[in-house]
Amino acid sequence: MTRTESHTMEDREPQAAPDFKTDLLALVPFLRAFARSLTGNYEAADDLVQETMVKAWQSRDTFEMGTNLKAWLFTILRNQFYSDRRRAWRQAPWDQDAAERMPGTSQDQNWAADLSDTTRALKLLPDEQREALILVGAGGFSYMDAAAIVKCNVGTVKSRVARARKALLAILDRQDSLPARERPTEGEAARDIMAQLDRLAPPQQAEGAAKRRTKGRVD
Amino acid sequence: MSKDEEGTGGKSRAVRARQRAIGRELRRMYDGVVNEPVPDEFLDLLRRIDEADAEKKKPS
Repeated sequence: MTRTESHTMEDREPQAAPDFKTDLLALVPFLRAFARSLTGNYEAADDLVQETMVKAWQSRDTFEMGTNLKAWLFTILRNQFYSDRRRAWRQAPWDQDAAERMPGTSQDQNWAADLSDTTRALKLLPDEQREALILVGAGGFSYMDAAAIVKCNVGTVKSRVARARKALLAILDRQDSLPARERPTEGEAARDIMAQLDRLAPPQQAEGAAKRRTKGRVD
Repeated sequence: MSKDEEGTGGKSRAVRARQRAIGRELRRMYDGVVNEPVPDEFLDLLRRIDEADAEKKKPS
């Protein structure tokens, strides 16, 4: 959606916190990625990010300069997600529209229009495992920052991430349990399996990566 | 066979290789969204927030 208006942002820039706004805008891509992983849906995710930006702007005075703005925004976004969902649940029986808009229950849940096996398997994880894995495994947050975002202790985050990884692997080992996907015909199935094997365990990379496994965000 | 922290079996090594592959896949999905261009509506929202603020502060 593009709305062009005759004036620009510079027209009436208030003196207060232009940096905050610049930083906020710079972090929008990350908020969208996290929101997409929570909702599994493009539009619900972007709505959630917009709500988050409004909330963040309204409470910008409570943000302590010098602390992690990204983690602070992720916390707001996550709180908003769960509170929207609780509200939607309460309305669901008699408000069909709300039920249809309910984050996380849309029929066409897709993450980045991405229908890889991992994407589908991710949807089967319990919320708390999925969010922990996304924050640490994909978002690059430390266990400590992730713990602050999801409001639990570091040990709990570690165990959720570990369980999430284990569960994903188990799900991927039983492709049958994945949500609706046409079963491939025999020839396709064989190609599919070969492609997945190539993708999942590139033989040479696997060895090298094992030695590097203490580095990086996740392995 | 090389020794590492979770045992020496070919099986655990295969499991770890797959865990790493899953990790790469998660990052690929996440980074895929991060790298999408930000729709104009987000910039627009900040502008509207600004205008609302300016409106409030306007001396009457």
